[in-house]
Amino acid sequence: MQQGYDAIIIGGGHNGLTCAAYLAKGGEKVGKNKLKVLVLERREKVGGAAVSEEKYPGFIYSTCSYVCSLLRPEIFRFLDLPRHGLQVIPYDINSAPNPEGEGIIYYNDHDRTRESLRRHSIRDAEAYDEYAVEISRHCRFIKRMLLMTPPDPTQINPFVQNRINPWGHREDLDGLLRIAREFGQLGERHMYDMIRFWSMSVADFLDQYFETPRWKGLAAASSIIGTALGPYSPGTAYVLLHHYMGEVDGQIGAWGFARGGMGSVSKAIAAAAVEAGVEIRVDAEVDKIIVRNGKAVGVALKSGEEIYGRSIVSNADPKRTYLKLIDKGDLDAIDPDIHRYARNYKIRGSSGKLNIALDGLPEFAGLGKEAAYGTVDIGGDFDYIERAFDDYKYGSWSKRPFLDCVIPTTVDPTMAPPGKHFMSVFVQYVPYQLAEGPWTPEMKGQYEKDVLDTIELHAPGFRKLVLHVQCRTPWDIENEVGMTEGNIFHGELTLDQLLFNRPFPGMGQYRGPFDNFYMCGSGTHPGGGVMGAPGANAATEMLKDFKRGVVQ
Amino acid sequence: MTAYVEHLTPFLRKTPFHPRIEALMHGSHWMRWTGHYSPAAFESVQSEYFTIRNGASVYDVSPLIKYRIRGRQAADYVNHLITRDLSKIKPMHAFYTAWCQDDGMLVEEGTIFRFGENDFLLNSAKDQLHWLEQVAYGFEVEIQEASNELCGLSLQGPQSRDVLRAFGINGIDHLPRFGILELELQGRWLRIDRAGFTGDLGYEIWVKPDDALWLWDRLFEVGRDHKIAPIGAQALETARIEAGFILIDVDYSGALHALRPSNRMSPYELGIGWTVNLNKEGYFVGKRALKREKEQGLSRYVLTGIEIEGRKPAPGSFLYADRKGRRELGLTTSACWSPTLKKNIAFARVPSAYAKPGTEMWIEIWYHKEHKIERSMVRCRAANRMFYDPPRKSA
Repeated sequence: MQQGYDAIIIGGGHNGLTCAAYLAKGGEKVGKNKLKVLVLERREKVGGAAVSEEKYPGFIYSTCSYVCSLLRPEIFRFLDLPRHGLQVIPYDINSAPNPEGEGIIYYNDHDRTRESLRRHSIRDAEAYDEYAVEISRHCRFIKRMLLMTPPDPTQINPFVQNRINPWGHREDLDGLLRIAREFGQLGERHMYDMIRFWSMSVADFLDQYFETPRWKGLAAASSIIGTALGPYSPGTAYVLLHHYMGEVDGQIGAWGFARGGMGSVSKAIAAAAVEAGVEIRVDAEVDKIIVRNGKAVGVALKSGEEIYGRSIVSNADPKRTYLKLIDKGDLDAIDPDIHRYARNYKIRGSSGKLNIALDGLPEFAGLGKEAAYGTVDIGGDFDYIERAFDDYKYGSWSKRPFLDCVIPTTVDPTMAPPGKHFMSVFVQYVPYQLAEGPWTPEMKGQYEKDVLDTIELHAPGFRKLVLHVQCRTPWDIENEVGMTEGNIFHGELTLDQLLFNRPFPGMGQYRGPFDNFYMCGSGTHPGGGVMGAPGANAATEMLKDFKRGVVQ
Repeated sequence: MTAYVEHLTPFLRKTPFHPRIEALMHGSHWMRWTGHYSPAAFESVQSEYFTIRNGASVYDVSPLIKYRIRGRQAADYVNHLITRDLSKIKPMHAFYTAWCQDDGMLVEEGTIFRFGENDFLLNSAKDQLHWLEQVAYGFEVEIQEASNELCGLSLQGPQSRDVLRAFGINGIDHLPRFGILELELQGRWLRIDRAGFTGDLGYEIWVKPDDALWLWDRLFEVGRDHKIAPIGAQALETARIEAGFILIDVDYSGALHALRPSNRMSPYELGIGWTVNLNKEGYFVGKRALKREKEQGLSRYVLTGIEIEGRKPAPGSFLYADRKGRRELGLTTSACWSPTLKKNIAFARVPSAYAKPGTEMWIEIWYHKEHKIERSMVRCRAANRMFYDPPRKSA
């Protein structure tokens, strides 16, 4: 039996590591109240879904997550990640090939994008600026809420002390007033716009601005990635925003490649955590969280070992945490509703991944060679995507899927031999389980073939370049990384599961149902996307509780 | 009312690489450099910058002014001219040095190449011939303006060595920092030195003007798989600030060109005191004054690095000892947001007591935001000016 940790973090994903580093540094006021922190990771290495792995000789794959933008600059700077080896290289281009004609491409350069859109529709090119302003306005509003514990409107009475409000603070009221003030500054018209935006479908939103079907399909891409919804489903407009609110060096909406693959993100955060004094144990799978008298007191490992600490933090997704790591009896003793919330939590696997080693740079139909240097979204109009969603709805992978492809080796010289390339293909939609039953090798082979055929259709000659393919279904991702159903966001990003309702009502401020128990994964506000914000926010709340003596 | 404009003939010179640069120029981002067309940016400053820190960047350095210094007493002359100790520099090596006026004020700083015992090439940003000849009085030395004899490309970035290896440069793996290599490739004369203005792994490649286009074409041909790309001065500016390199007319006025005498600065004040060797044999221009400045602590300030909170770049901003801004300390010269370090950095002239790394100061930043000029007073800390110093630079 070991003792003496202030915090034990279950899971060494990027949020668990961020939380650990913040705790060990004592929060923003470095050195004020440093904590002794242990991170337990099930796999042989940390990183969770932000890992780089050599799956084919000479090629480094970003096996799960593949691009970086949302990682908050404040975290980047506070943990001094560049010194620990992290470099994010932005890319400028976003395109959609077209096997039947000219593809659509847009650039960092405003005038160039306008010229490009004008070739398809003068109306769309003219509307683009207005559309970009509206998106920026929404981003600006939500950006302030990212590194902030979401205020809970049910807790505006500051004198009530309860589980959500353990030390009688009035931060909920203050937070709500702050948001209300921001909201008030928008002005009447933009207030209406914003409220509509949060619950709209992306198709309805884009129809307000644009007419070219393929351009609308490309613009909708960000709103369905990782989401078990189609473009006509309400709530998808917000997901679009979730992909736009990131930045690289102050450029809102820019995305970049982490040099060396996404594993560099985890490696740098882990190095910062270790430097701050965090202890990291790999090959240490947690079996159960030990709860005594309504208090989380320790964890039991699969190996039988028990480790005790003053607080327990789960970086695992809410479903895994509340249904697998915690006994139902322990939950029911606090509140029987929690188990129900956890069972009903929406965390559907909807996306798969193909990691491909290429002998050369592919060329995409209807696009110039420069397209390969940015995101290439293979899809079509809304109907193409909705049809792909239909296959998924009825328990199959999309026969003609929507694909988000990037080739990081166009800018990163460290991931493949000179002249060769690594291509990451994000596949939407792929179910966690097929209608017929679990995935079989034959089904997986057929799914792989459908994806490769789709790429070949949009990039003639592509197949000849393929050296190796790593094919992954949501089931594979769950079994490797541990995310329930392989859902990349640790739960759908729909309004019912956002802000103070993320993950469950009453637990939106990183505190769990037990004393001394916290959540720090993407299943908490503000959600997934390799943002690091849940980890940092959870640490901030914990440090407050430590300071107030809530954690004994 | 310049009606005579139609009678003027174009005068800006084109470097031998001009046809290739012009072909890649989008949006016509030209600037001037010693009377030449020089690219400020090709398409995206951001991606050009990342080429320096991630790939292999190519920048045309032909407009640099060059002086050939030869003669029986060339070594003695150079040692008399500069602040560093020449006896420590072996032939076929380049070195960075300052040169001053008699009262210790900096004329310029730059790179001098030593090819033989008495064979030198001096690169500078401003015309120096008049000064160089003045200092040469009494020395048996021949100084020649040689700017047009050579043209060069600066190849900088972590992949630069891979490019040169693919180019077929034998011995590039063993070329030490500041080493010089001369060789023949495909019947053409080449000179390669390992130096640059980016603080990264990098080289400069010099050829005869007739071979310029051959060099450019070959380099891009072999470099394609090594992330080679051309860059302009704007991307380079960020890299040089990260590396802590000072720039004439931005961070200081050269003593020969400063209108007001008090605008001149000494090497100590510029934070390049390490280039001054007071113990070297014999006299050198400015020695007496520099010795006195050092011994008596006469430096008025020192150009140090600072790290600033927030993200607003702070060029030409005042620094204060207190948040209220009651005690003024100095001002910044160069400043930028560092995309690699994710830090807001600048060079600042402050009293030497404040230059100790970690010393807290306040800085007043004015910036444009939505048609308004806003002011913010934020904390900053003194830091080593060499903000970015990767091991590969000298590995």
